Amino acid sequence: MNAHDHKPVDHVTGTETTGHEWDGIRELNTPLPRWWLWSFYASIVFAIGYMVVYPAWPLITGHTAGVIGWSSRGAVASDVAALQAARGDMTAQIDAADLAAIRTDPTLQAFAMAQGRTTFLDNCAGCHGAGGGGAKGYPNLNDDDWLWGGSLEAIETTIRHGIRSADPDTRITDMPAFGRDGLLERADITAVARFVRSLSGQEVPDGTDLAAGAQVFADNCAACHGDDGKGNRDVGAPDLTDAIWLFGSDESSIAAGVTNGRASVMPAWGGRFDDATVKSLVVYVHAFGGGE
Amino acid sequence: MSLWKKHQVFEKNSIILLIGVLVVIAIGGLVEIAPLFYLKSTIEKVEGMRPYTPLELAGRNIYVREGCYNCHSQMIRTLRDEVERYGHYSLASESMYDRPFQWGSKRTGPDLARVGGKYSDAWQREHLDDPRAVVPTSIMPAYPWLAQRTLELDYLGQDLAIQAKLGVPYDDAMVADAKADAWRQADPNADPGDLEARYPKVQIRDFDGDPTRITEADALIAYLQMLGTLVDFKLYDDKANLR
Amino acid sequence: MAHSLSSGKQPTWGETGLGIVAGLLALLCFVIAGKAQDPGYGFHAVVFMLAAAGSVYAIGKRYGARAAEPVPQVLPDGRPNYNLGPIKFATVASMFWGIAGFLIGVLIAFQLAFPILNFDLPWTSFGRLRPLHTSAVIFAFGGNVLLATSLYVVQRTSRARLAGDLSPWFVVLGYNLFIVVAGTGYLLGISQGKEYAEPEWYADLFLTIVWVTYFLVFMATLAKRREPHIYVANWFFLAFIATIAVLHLGNNAALPVSLWSPKSYIVWSGVQDAMVQWWYGHNAVGFFLTAGFLGIMYYFIPKRAERPVYSYRLSIIHFWALIFLYIWAGPHHLHYTALPDWAQTLGMTFSIMLWMPSWGGMINGLMTLSGAWDKLRTDPVLRMMVVSVAFYGMSTFEGPLMSVKAVNSLSHYTDWTIGHVHSGALGWVAYISFGAIYCLVPWLWNRKQLYSLKLVEWHFWISTLGIVLYITSMWVAGILQGLMWRAYTSLGFLEYSFVETVEAMHPFYIIRALGGVLFLAGALLMAFNLWRTVTSVEPAEAERPVVGSAVIPAE
Ligand code: HEC
Ligand code: HEC
Ligand code: HEC
Ligand code: HEM
Ligand code: HEM
Ligand SMILES: [Ca+2]
Ligand SMILES: [Ca+2]
Ligand SMILES: [Cu+2]
Repeated sequence: MNAHDHKPVDHVTGTETTGHEWDGIRELNTPLPRWWLWSFYASIVFAIGYMVVYPAWPLITGHTAGVIGWSSRGAVASDVAALQAARGDMTAQIDAADLAAIRTDPTLQAFAMAQGRTTFLDNCAGCHGAGGGGAKGYPNLNDDDWLWGGSLEAIETTIRHGIRSADPDTRITDMPAFGRDGLLERADITAVARFVRSLSGQEVPDGTDLAAGAQVFADNCAACHGDDGKGNRDVGAPDLTDAIWLFGSDESSIAAGVTNGRASVMPAWGGRFDDATVKSLVVYVHAFGGGE
Repeated sequence: MSLWKKHQVFEKNSIILLIGVLVVIAIGGLVEIAPLFYLKSTIEKVEGMRPYTPLELAGRNIYVREGCYNCHSQMIRTLRDEVERYGHYSLASESMYDRPFQWGSKRTGPDLARVGGKYSDAWQREHLDDPRAVVPTSIMPAYPWLAQRTLELDYLGQDLAIQAKLGVPYDDAMVADAKADAWRQADPNADPGDLEARYPKVQIRDFDGDPTRITEADALIAYLQMLGTLVDFKLYDDKANLR
Repeated sequence: MAHSLSSGKQPTWGETGLGIVAGLLALLCFVIAGKAQDPGYGFHAVVFMLAAAGSVYAIGKRYGARAAEPVPQVLPDGRPNYNLGPIKFATVASMFWGIAGFLIGVLIAFQLAFPILNFDLPWTSFGRLRPLHTSAVIFAFGGNVLLATSLYVVQRTSRARLAGDLSPWFVVLGYNLFIVVAGTGYLLGISQGKEYAEPEWYADLFLTIVWVTYFLVFMATLAKRREPHIYVANWFFLAFIATIAVLHLGNNAALPVSLWSPKSYIVWSGVQDAMVQWWYGHNAVGFFLTAGFLGIMYYFIPKRAERPVYSYRLSIIHFWALIFLYIWAGPHHLHYTALPDWAQTLGMTFSIMLWMPSWGGMINGLMTLSGAWDKLRTDPVLRMMVVSVAFYGMSTFEGPLMSVKAVNSLSHYTDWTIGHVHSGALGWVAYISFGAIYCLVPWLWNRKQLYSLKLVEWHFWISTLGIVLYITSMWVAGILQGLMWRAYTSLGFLEYSFVETVEAMHPFYIIRALGGVLFLAGALLMAFNLWRTVTSVEPAEAERPVVGSAVIPAE
């Protein structure tokens, strides 16, 4: 076979072919492009260099550690430490200061507000809304109507330990399920629900016997919500005389609450955040406008 | 030129070509995968990891079924912003009982590795039922059917049995009691028995707001509420596990 | 019938064997359908039962109709008697699934912009439709293209009829049955939860059988070849078929909960499962979406350009380097995760070394046009394939870039990945497929030419605009998202909440969806064009001629 030495040549490029043909397709015997080959070598050299510097090859009981002793876990620890160091002085001051002092010192306050904002948006906004405006079942933090108290200390206790949360020191009182547990008859529930509406001056159907509702209220509800229905922050019982409603002010919402009880949960954050973060949150929430 | 000629061996014999391919593709996989099974540093020693309770496992299977992993990762990377946003970076040990793993590859929604305890059950229920009711700008789909469907409990024992076969430390009693354990976890009025001894840190309560039955929402919320809650990072030594 | 008896017609081993196996399978599925613990699984049992019973009937019918002698390997004029039936089927199927897959892509793209489109129903929610999209485009569309082209190319370049009689049909029909089971499974909530490997154990098992048959058909055809050398396209096809088999088995190793349950648990767990998954996932890219489609490139571009392949030596080097290096790159999907650092380093460095071997393929594809560049102006089909190779070059530059840990820390989990995926998927995979199908249809149905090159031209420009909208919007979205996640205020706190980053994606999601609509529109034009080609273009005079490349003998 003389094709051994002399393969057909492609007349367009002047390049020799390999001499084979498949279904009309031939191959040129073009040499490897130089730039391509050298780039390939370069990438290999880079890769080897990288493997020497960083942890790379598994061995029998361990792996090559790399000459600079880098690890991603070590790196993130030092990144976080560097960030904390940058914030360090302020964080230490926040840790040391009491809440009122943070609020009155403009630099500390600005720092706490910045930290509080970040934490609030990713952790609290899901329930209380990005602006703290709340939603049905989740209280508005902007107004001065507080379930458990709007002082810095009260807010701190709420955030740190939560409400009806898994925290051992959580704030907790469950409003009984008067209907479900058979404590009140249906008629009583309707009566008391209407009475509760009347406390905030809302309309009740003509001919409602408010006195009956008042009696049920005095017997069952006043212990928590107070004789005048103005609520009690010690037990987190809402004020029923104002226009602010957590679960709705219509008769059926109120009756549903009386029937099944109310026990909404706010998680405890003391375990998730360090002290400085919790304190910053307190200052941030307090500054929403309703703080006392 | 002669080197190029040698390649004809592969071109002229399909079996040799096949063997060449198989040899070449075997190397990388072996070198990267096999050591993960024998190197001790792969999975850290930590306190607190335990297999899923039957209810949590059922919830996990719903998570897989609904394809939540298409939007949510469960892997906090070793990067500063992730550690700050989501908490301690995820450890290999935290997914040691995960079949399949659910680290995810796209974060359309936030990471869920430590979502346990972040919200209340009621919030989770509402959010699954209608995400935009609680997060107005959310783009997550609604899953209203979860709270309506009664959870299938009859085959949970099979799930545990198979996992036990694969090496998950479920003992015979856990397998036998799988269905009962699911009830013990989701029914606050049931006698929890030794559920807590079997599954430390188990959260026992009605999750979906309907104590009379166990729904798919019960299971999924039980799963979400336990994510990231097992390892106590106050006791964990970061420095010991650099690798 | 008497006629066939007298001529001594005997069922072949294949006919008898497959008939019996299918019959038994139908019985088994009947039992399973009765005892299934899950309605979706029961439905699948019925699907399998009907398919098996249908096979028995079809085999019988075919036996009745066929001649007593086996199909001749060569035609009277000496040309090989190519087996085109299964190839035609796969070609039509690829067009069908392609449009279905693009349509679902458009739907999920709009869902991310307007979540109301999830319709609050289980089977229309994003989490179930997204795997349906990925499987429909990769495995159903891409898979059928690969079946059609590989089975066509291996015959033509071996000058031999496809090995097997029933087996090529089994491969093609079985594969599409697998697709139906996998896809309906996702809708019904049957998923293994492993990306790109979501089908449950029974579908996996069935696919294994189909795939092994495919492998055997391919190998046996190579063995029958009447060419001394195996053509480079077939190296790539072979590597693709063999490696996908290995990957599929490794990543789907699972124990079913019971024969009556669709559910299974993977034998690997946690970090090891993650590594196995991305060993599989990355090489699904490397072997399914790359090696397989390079096989297509190596046949259809020189064929259409009527030019010889640029460099045989480059073919050799980039082939072996590519398949060796690809396998290592999986950990670049797991940067900064709980996968040990050493493995991440290997994933990154091997990805970088993969850059040039990938570009070797691009060079070989593009430079094959030297001397024929002018054809790009007049032939939109060739242009589509050449642009596809350019996209291949772009995404295999972008890929190694994204494998660099520092870059990946920004891009991972964001829409940048989605942009990268689709520059590869739309630009490379879909375009080379479109080009190949435009070539194949007139050849398979023996038509003179395509119905309309003008329509191809429209297809090209509409979908190119679609791709540009898609990938540019995702690059911007992804980089924006990555930067927002890590943005810090001057006091050192995270600047944006997660939800704010979700809101920022909204305009880009709309642009992407519109890009998808254009891409889908192009594919619809294509389907119409092909339909008209088959139904209204006059037949070619002779069987497809063997076009010689412009070569003159050496003196
Ligand atoms: C799962 C939802 C949820 C999340 C997340 C949440 N809260 Fe609450 N929060 C509640 C509910 C529900 C209440 C009211 C409980 C009650 O009715 O007693 C509440 C009450 C409060 C109160 C007391 C309001 C009052 O009137 O006394 C404060 C302060 C508060 N939350 C702050 C925060 C902060 C700060 C965060 C984030 C670190 C946060 N919350 C996260 C659900 C949540
Ligand atoms: C043991 C204490 C307790 C008793 C007794 C009690 N409540 Fe309550 N009530 C609460 C608490 C605590 C809440 C807030 C629960 C929450 O936020 O989840 C509440 C909430 C309410 C609300 C919802 C207020 C809103 O803003 O939406 C209404 C209405 C109400 N109670 C009415 C009643 C009536 C009527 C009775 C008696 C029949 C009653 N409560 C008895 C503690 C009590
Ligand atoms: C289309 C993508 C998508 C799918 C699918 C999806 N989610 Fe989400 N998810 C989101 C987005 C976006 C958010 C952030 C906005 C919000 O809170 O709704 C989110 C938020 C969440 C949160 C709150 C996390 C936090 O820390 O604030 C939880 C919990 C959650 N999803 C669980 C699930 C579960 C369980 C599933 C499956 C049944 C699921 N998601 C499916 C997109 C999705
Ligand atoms: C009309 C054309 C298409 C549109 C509109 C489209 C749209 C989408 C969307 C919206 C996603 C989900 C992204 C996310 O979760 O954020 C996606 C994912 C994906 N698509 Fe497409 N797609 C199209 C075509 C294709 C094609 C042709 C292929 C492959 C050949 C493909 C392969 C993929 C893959 C692999 C993913 C998953 C990416 C990942 O997990 O990182 N797509 N597509
Ligand atoms: C040299 C070649 C390539 C390299 C090194 C590479 C590298 C990468 C990297 C680093 C990622 C991101 C992983 C992450 O952060 O999650 C990725 C994702 C992806 N790439 Fe490539 N890529 C290459 C070529 C291609 C090609 C040609 C395609 C063709 C379609 C492709 C398809 C994909 C897909 C589908 C994903 C998404 C996987 C997922 O997360 O679901 N890649 N690739
Ligand atoms: Ca329940
Ligand atoms: Ca599978
Ligand atoms: Cu990859």
